Amino acid sequence: MLNYIWGALILISIVCAVFTGNVKPLSDAILTGASDAIGLVISMAGMMSLWTGLLEIANKGGLTTVLTRLFKPVIKHLFKEYPEDSPAIHAICMNITANLLGLDNAATPLGISAMKEMNKANKTSTVANNSMVIFTVMNTASIQLVPTMMSVLRQKYNSASPFDVLPVIWVSSFIALAIGVILAKLFEK
Amino acid sequence: MNTFSFYILPGVIGFIIVFGLFKNVPLFDTFILGAKDGLSSAFSIAPSLIGLIVAVSMLKASGALDIITSLLAPIGNLIAIPKETIPLMLLRPISGSGALALVDSIFKSCGPDSFPGRVASVMMGSTETTFYVLAVYFGAVGIKNTRHALPVALTADFASFILSVLTVRLFFS
Repeated sequence: MLNYIWGALILISIVCAVFTGNVKPLSDAILTGASDAIGLVISMAGMMSLWTGLLEIANKGGLTTVLTRLFKPVIKHLFKEYPEDSPAIHAICMNITANLLGLDNAATPLGISAMKEMNKANKTSTVANNSMVIFTVMNTASIQLVPTMMSVLRQKYNSASPFDVLPVIWVSSFIALAIGVILAKLFEK
Repeated sequence: MNTFSFYILPGVIGFIIVFGLFKNVPLFDTFILGAKDGLSSAFSIAPSLIGLIVAVSMLKASGALDIITSLLAPIGNLIAIPKETIPLMLLRPISGSGALALVDSIFKSCGPDSFPGRVASVMMGSTETTFYVLAVYFGAVGIKNTRHALPVALTADFASFILSVLTVRLFFS
């Protein structure tokens, strides 16, 4: 899908520039756009690296295990198809913890292994069961506690307080997550 | 609100260091290990960012983004969404890098502390790349029929966008 969207964005721009007489700015934008992207990557790389380094310390100290234990009581109610100490529930909790801490690289493999565990108990293996739907819906809502990329980008454009949107993000994403889970439950039938 | 936000980063870092000390984690060695990972993942998004930032810059320079934005503005007005963030709502579930490119362009033209800038920050921070997540997770286990997953996930995204506007208004007015 992105293949077509990307192609369309570029073609629309070129056609539009010809009609509006903005060909020179368009040409400039191509030249600066590519180097802007590298500038953006470089300005984010430092903070992302610092953050994953710190989280590795938390991870090695067992923070994920502590958080996992914290979520289990809530999680087991949402995924009733699986017993509390099943590998599926464990993988789900680990994935949610990784998402919460913003460990994207860890969250995806954990999420896939959670899906595999869930599919083991799923009799018709090409049709998603209720738990799999809830789990993927939870993963499409962002529950990251400290969105580092966003904060670095705000800082780059001289925000007076790059982190002041965090509480707003927490409220907004938590309510959206709840809406997603409730809707998923409602459509289960 | 402002002063609290300055405590977030030092507070979290302090907590992690104390936690690591308490659990006898070799602090610096472990840090280096994780930081290396973060660095490579930061640079691994470079190719898609280059492609999409160029596309978004072209869209903006050609005047097409303004046309699209003003065409969609009436819908935005209906639910009080700042018009600058409407293209972001459309691209966010499809491409993370594309959305980041749009946020970058909103910050550039309106500033991160403006109303559209803050709404864009919250929209970006409170949603995920829905289509990508569904494709990866269901694809990994060979699920063909995803049932109500996509409509529910997209509804939750939409709810998140509306909530972004409401919460920014509530917290920063």
